[in-house]
Amino acid sequence: MATSNPSVFLLSVNGQIEGANFPEYDNLYCKYSFVYGHDWAPTSGLEEGITQITCKGSESSHKLIWNFPLETTFKSTNPSGWPQLVVSVYGPDVFGNDVVRGYGATHIPFTPGQHTRTIPMFVPEPTWRLQKFTSWLLGRRPEYTDPKVVAQGEGREVTRVCSQGFVTVSFHIITKDMKKLGYDTGPASLVNTQSATSGWSTEEQPYTME
Amino acid sequence: MKERQSSEEDPGETLKRTLRAQRQRQKKRLLGHSSAQESHVEEISTIQHHSEDEGSAEKAGDSGALSRPPTGSQRSLSGRQHSASSQHLDSFVTRRLEETLRAARSKGESLQQQEASLEPASRLQSLRDRDAVTRFDKIDPDRAGRHDDPLALKTRVTFREAARRTEKGLPTAEEAYNFFTLNFELEPQDGTEKERKKRKKQKKTTEKDSDEEGGVEEQEAAEVDEDNPDENVDQSEAAPLVRDEEEDLFVIEQSSRDFLEVKKAEYVGYRKRIQQESELLFTPSFRTVPTTIKLPEHMKPRYLEDEGLYVGERPKISLTNENILENRILKIEEGKKWFGDDGRIMALPDPIKESSTRPPLFHMEEDLDPALHTVYRKAVKSKYANLYIAGATDPEGDYQLDVDVSGLIFSHHPLFSREHVLGARLAQLYDQYLTRQHNNLTGHLTDKLKGLRRALRNIHEIHGGESLNQAMQRRISEYSLEVRNTRQLRDSEQEKDRTLLKHIVKLWKELKALRDFQKFTNTPYKLSLRRENVDRTLDEQEYEDEILAELMELEAEIEADYQKKFAEYKKQLQDWKLCVRKQKTKKKKRKKKKKGKAQDETEEEDEYQDVSESEGPVEEGPPKPEPPEKPDFESIEQQVREKASRIRRKPGESILIPELSASGNLTASELCPRSETARREDVTRRSLFVKILYNDKEVSRTDSRSLNTDFRVHFGQIFNLRIVNCPQSINLQVFEEIGSSCYLLAQVFVPVPEPSVVADRVSLEEFEFSSNQRVMFDHEGVGSDVPLSFEADGSNKQTLLTSGKLSCRVYWGSGEDGVALAPPVSQQRGGLHSGLSRLDAVTFIGASGLYDMKKIGEWATRSRLDPNDPKNASIMQLLKVATSGEVTAPEYFRLEQLQEEFNFVTDEELERSKRFRLLTLRNQEVAEFRNYKCVPSLEREVTDKVFQEYEKRLKEGEVVDTKEHLDSHRALVAKYLQKIRESVINRFLLAKHHYILSDLVVEEEIPSIGGAGPGILGLNLFKLAEPKRPLKPQRKARKKVTAQNLSDGDIKLLINIIRAYDIPIRRPQSNKPGQSSQCAIQGSDWLLSQVQVRPFVEVSFQRMVLQTTTADGPNPCWNEELQLPFSAPNGDYSAAVLQSVKDEVFINIFDEVVYETGVKDQDRAKSIHTRVEKHWLGSVKIPFSTIYSQSRIDGTFKVHTPAVLLGYSKERSYGTNGAYDTMRNLSEGAFITLFITIEPQLVPGESVREKIKELKFDSQEDERLLQASERFEREAAEGYPDRPCITTIIDLNGKTIFVTRYIRPLNPPKELLDASLDDPQETTALVARFVSLIPSLPDRVSFSGNCDLWSTCDQFLTLLAGDEEEHAVLLCNYFLFMGKKAWLIIGTAIPEGPTAYVLTFEQSRYLIWNPSSAQYYGQYDTFCPLQTIGCLVNADNVWFNIQEYTSPMTVSFDTTKANLWKPFFSRSFSHPGLSSVQPEQLVYRGTDKAAAAELQDRIEKILKEKIMEWRPRHPTRWNRYCTTTLKQFLPKLEVSGGQDMAEGHRHELQSLLGDNNISGFPLHMPFSEIRPIIEAVYSTGVHNVQASNVEFALAVYVHPYPNNVLSVWVYLASLVRT
Repeated sequence: MATSNPSVFLLSVNGQIEGANFPEYDNLYCKYSFVYGHDWAPTSGLEEGITQITCKGSESSHKLIWNFPLETTFKSTNPSGWPQLVVSVYGPDVFGNDVVRGYGATHIPFTPGQHTRTIPMFVPEPTWRLQKFTSWLLGRRPEYTDPKVVAQGEGREVTRVCSQGFVTVSFHIITKDMKKLGYDTGPASLVNTQSATSGWSTEEQPYTME
Repeated sequence: MKERQSSEEDPGETLKRTLRAQRQRQKKRLLGHSSAQESHVEEISTIQHHSEDEGSAEKAGDSGALSRPPTGSQRSLSGRQHSASSQHLDSFVTRRLEETLRAARSKGESLQQQEASLEPASRLQSLRDRDAVTRFDKIDPDRAGRHDDPLALKTRVTFREAARRTEKGLPTAEEAYNFFTLNFELEPQDGTEKERKKRKKQKKTTEKDSDEEGGVEEQEAAEVDEDNPDENVDQSEAAPLVRDEEEDLFVIEQSSRDFLEVKKAEYVGYRKRIQQESELLFTPSFRTVPTTIKLPEHMKPRYLEDEGLYVGERPKISLTNENILENRILKIEEGKKWFGDDGRIMALPDPIKESSTRPPLFHMEEDLDPALHTVYRKAVKSKYANLYIAGATDPEGDYQLDVDVSGLIFSHHPLFSREHVLGARLAQLYDQYLTRQHNNLTGHLTDKLKGLRRALRNIHEIHGGESLNQAMQRRISEYSLEVRNTRQLRDSEQEKDRTLLKHIVKLWKELKALRDFQKFTNTPYKLSLRRENVDRTLDEQEYEDEILAELMELEAEIEADYQKKFAEYKKQLQDWKLCVRKQKTKKKKRKKKKKGKAQDETEEEDEYQDVSESEGPVEEGPPKPEPPEKPDFESIEQQVREKASRIRRKPGESILIPELSASGNLTASELCPRSETARREDVTRRSLFVKILYNDKEVSRTDSRSLNTDFRVHFGQIFNLRIVNCPQSINLQVFEEIGSSCYLLAQVFVPVPEPSVVADRVSLEEFEFSSNQRVMFDHEGVGSDVPLSFEADGSNKQTLLTSGKLSCRVYWGSGEDGVALAPPVSQQRGGLHSGLSRLDAVTFIGASGLYDMKKIGEWATRSRLDPNDPKNASIMQLLKVATSGEVTAPEYFRLEQLQEEFNFVTDEELERSKRFRLLTLRNQEVAEFRNYKCVPSLEREVTDKVFQEYEKRLKEGEVVDTKEHLDSHRALVAKYLQKIRESVINRFLLAKHHYILSDLVVEEEIPSIGGAGPGILGLNLFKLAEPKRPLKPQRKARKKVTAQNLSDGDIKLLINIIRAYDIPIRRPQSNKPGQSSQCAIQGSDWLLSQVQVRPFVEVSFQRMVLQTTTADGPNPCWNEELQLPFSAPNGDYSAAVLQSVKDEVFINIFDEVVYETGVKDQDRAKSIHTRVEKHWLGSVKIPFSTIYSQSRIDGTFKVHTPAVLLGYSKERSYGTNGAYDTMRNLSEGAFITLFITIEPQLVPGESVREKIKELKFDSQEDERLLQASERFEREAAEGYPDRPCITTIIDLNGKTIFVTRYIRPLNPPKELLDASLDDPQETTALVARFVSLIPSLPDRVSFSGNCDLWSTCDQFLTLLAGDEEEHAVLLCNYFLFMGKKAWLIIGTAIPEGPTAYVLTFEQSRYLIWNPSSAQYYGQYDTFCPLQTIGCLVNADNVWFNIQEYTSPMTVSFDTTKANLWKPFFSRSFSHPGLSSVQPEQLVYRGTDKAAAAELQDRIEKILKEKIMEWRPRHPTRWNRYCTTTLKQFLPKLEVSGGQDMAEGHRHELQSLLGDNNISGFPLHMPFSEIRPIIEAVYSTGVHNVQASNVEFALAVYVHPYPNNVLSVWVYLASLVRT
């Protein structure tokens, strides 16, 4: 491979789904998948995965910890359709039915370095109250036809959602040849200064030096 | 005591109770052992120790061991001593208690009293308990091993305890511990043994006496080593401590709930208590302990610091506390060892631990709502960039501004007395005088005048009386003018000098008068006039010369003037004369002219008058000008002399030089009158200071200086300002202070110095200030802004304002190298402007203003654009042009006026970019690029090849490919269809991006009550209780899978072939033609003897072939499942693509024929060579799209068998099962039962129809009708969800149209009607056949979306393609034309799914027609593919089926019954008279036989080629004879419609071909394209015959029908010679 003039750039994503903060629920597990555009292709690693079920600890912070590793490398020719991590959390309800507890998505950070993302999670709302009751009773909550819906903007206007909790994901990003192809994604010093937040939340942005 | 109290705020009630119980126990013990206390003290202590350990008395045994410390135990610096110490304490306490107990007994006190005295011990325990509890949870390694605590340390700990109690506010035990222990020397290991002894000793001594000190020490000295001399002290120390404790505990008791219990203590008498306390309590002294006591005897204090050793800084302790501590320590045994050599308590430099030992707070932030997390932002300096000096932040960029405030002088102050006022004025005048003197303007001017005069004289002398040239003359006149001006200037200066002098003298006189008047002196001013004598004669001479010179000059001037005027006069006179002559002609005119002239003259003469005062006012109107008067020289001289005497000193008069000195004595205050004294006092009270404000911020102020009597204040202070901001203003505010109040007197603004100004370049400047504050006094002070008069009569009032001069200077500080520490020029000039000038044009005017010339101009002037700066060249140019008026500001408004700036390439370049084009096309979802992966990242990597296909297609749009279509008309149609398809697809792409909730969210429907849904709520609840594995399981719906996350190999087609009926059976081969009939007769025998048929089923899909096992007989049962993989085109599994898959599943039934061949003679018995042939018997075709949309297909299908099957007969098994036959009689042919589904179940593509409704496609229908139809459909869907109901449909233009508009009688082709006039039934069949011959093309295939587009009949006939609905509509319309009663049935059928059939009512029975196959079924036909009848449609109405059942057999077709059929148009909503969308009449094109024949040849040729291609390894021989024979059959077959020809056919062939084993069949299909024909031929597998001697025959016949409808026949046969 001629490294001098590359035709693709590589994006290596390491990290982990650290845990979640769902104040009301317990025994949750999480599914993740990457959603990316046409010009992207995963070269290694798992595109989809499912975590173990975790319970809340007894210590003061009632956090659900998964520490589920993510390791994927993408190659691409075009930053359009930059990969997104789609996370959906499931867990049993009162009757033991497995119901969805939240959907969320975030773009993989652009800049190399360490990043932590707190993804606010949400679920679709039942269309009306009785439906809400029956869905609760029968354990068949409304779900997205495809969790990947949350990674796209189209058609979302028809849904109503209710926020649920937060999932924290940490990323370590390495890119290769992006600059050679003319895409400058950040400071050369690899200092993460700023990145887009997902949704409305003010995120914790650690200022880490690499 | 208070501290104690606070430290044990909350002893729990329960704890207390338990403690009390313990106490009781202890008491008992105490009592029991009181006699032998000495030996038991140890034990008691251990018990106590235990009670401390949560009061577990069981451990008493080993606790003794614990209390004995291990000898080798490491003396770690731990906090364990605490418990040990308390233990130790306890031992004392108990001992003490015993004593008191005894005392109490002897005194006969009550038991309660004892208890009270016992209280402390238990209290202590409770304390310790609490301590233990609180600390146990934190695992403190220090505390963990506290049991192996060396006893030797106890003493220290006791001390520590004491210290802790006395010292206020020690943070933690650990800190305190560290403080006091870290530095201590370790004790020898063998201390324990001694300790024991000592303890015993102590006890003894304490028993004897508790208060001795010296004695104990002596005793100790005798017994114990010098190591621990203060053990005794400790003991005596400990006891009082306990007493202390006791006191404290009382207090606690009171504070708590058991207040009543405490009252018991009151029984103790006061004196008693005092007595007790005096025994127990010890109050350390506050006084400083002398060093001698602290140090060992005969030792001098040694100061390490003095010896040059480093001594760390000791922690701060208040002296009293230290004293108390020292006193206390000294009481303890061995107390002295706590002191260092310098006599101070040994201590570590800093007892505070470097790292915090407090357990860290546990993830407090984790509990926080993530939204509330603290976000760390780095502190950033606010960037008011323009206010700051660039680079001011770096250390080099220090700028220093020095402000030197030297002092101030008041020129008026409210406290001025009158004398002061005069004095100040005098001083002012004198100052003026001095400056004048200094400037010496008069002398200067005099010199100049002299010089000028000399020059002038020189000129005159040189040239003598000669005529002067022009230049000279001008020069002379210039000089004389100059002389005149200078003289005048000098005169005025001289006059000023003189008046000033006069004024000074006058003021001084006034001042003197005032001093005389008021009889005291306030000001030190003293004016003396110095006289300077001059040489009188010289002076006179000079004076005269001067006058003479002046006189001469004046004369000359006047003379010159006169000459000039005279010349003018002459000229005027001449003019006048001229005028007079003219007067006669134009009298009137002339008069006016004269007037004008006269006026001119007067003006001139006015001027003249000024100098010479010769002429009076000029008379008005006299025509003749007056000659100028001769100047009067006499008067001139007089004037000059007068003036000289006025402004100049008289000749010989001495020069007066005033000298003002402030050396005069002031009258002492005592001598002054009262008011003056008050004023003077007032003055002394005042003081002044100056505030320095930099950029309106106070940065400094001077010291306050008191006001002197001379009203001068000297500050003499220099302020160095380190500045960061650009200097904008430097303001000095003068404040006056009276007592404690101060007020602003005046402000002085000092200009910011130039950057080059440094200290040595600038001298002090005086800045005047004034204040208009009104001040009045009742003493001598004149006040300010108050009218003041110096005259006796009070006239000539003056109003004086406070004013003065501030002398100061401002300059830039100079750095080390002498460079001014000033910011660069560009930045610091003009604070406000500097800000503006550095503004960007855009930010200043705003982006919208960029087109406004006026604003640009404004900005340019305000920001002082440098016109020479090349950067500004363009804007200057623009401004120039704009102001010249050539270009006006545009009058339009632009939304994206800066767009161009953001374009990084031009549009053309962008267009040319291949990569961009690729991306654009992909985004537009152009078919070729829809799923294009990985667009190359670089332009050069995008090859042109990518676009080739696309461009080809674009080009092809114009060119018709006849090769593919074989028929020019069809090619055109295909193109037309393609266009429609594209437009529809575009329309649907829009619809596709319109989402409804169900597209995104899967939500369980609320079960409708009583509906056909999953059941009512209760039932569902019941479901919860259902057993997990029911005995009678119900079929559950499989989970549906969305199509997009699939890949190749995921989808499988499951085909379950169950059984078949009525498979044609083999006809035995007979050489003789007559045999066949015989065979038929002997059917039953033959049946038994020979295998009729061995059929198997072969399923082919996407060229993948699977087959079942072979079964026997005409009614075989296979019951086998076949799995066929499915792969979508291009690997795209989106719903849209799957829907448009055109592949079909061919289910072929073959007969397996085994021939024995080539039996070899040698081993006849051993091996038999057989040849297996398969003969095609029939097929069923099911399009994949149907399976996909239906998701499962289950039923019995009619096998499409060829009309003639050579070698087979459709024999019926007569008489075997009669009952079944009766049913079957109605229909002919073979049937097969199938179950087909897709694994996994795919979600069928969303119906675009619904979306179109959402989108509300435009419609020409009445709104009311649309609403009604929507309601009708909705009600139908709610009531009967599985019955299709259609009221409105969408036409090819995407418009919604009511369905009845499609039904209208239409004429079939005339040829068909004429074909058999006599037989209406045959005509009907022929019409149906004609309709069925129009190729069928499902909409979802053509439009890649599940939509139903209905074309009208003429469109249908033009397109020659359509799905069931179009066929049904056309057939229905034909039937109506033929006078039949016909309806359209909207229902579901297998395998089509939702479809349309035609219902006719003929001969009192209903017939159901399948329009695509031209088959008709009776209402009670078992094998009718129609399964559900949803609604009926005719031209007038739509009826919805509301009967219980939906299958045709159980449905009553009587539409008049309202309880069976719900009409759309009823009485309430009558038919609005909808006109039909169909044409009135259909026009058909005639049949083109030539074209048909040509097509026939081409098809034959292609098929022959294909068959040879499919047999690559075998030669393919064509039996030409057979072919021609077959060719003759085909037209006959067409005519008969494939009915009942087999028999004759076979005979004919047989006779022709003799002993050939023929198997073959004709295929019949409507013609659309060549591909389906090839597929059909391939699927029969005729080409697979492997026999070496096989020959083939192939014949094609195309029968043309009107309007280019073609019926294609292909006759295939294989011949094997026997």
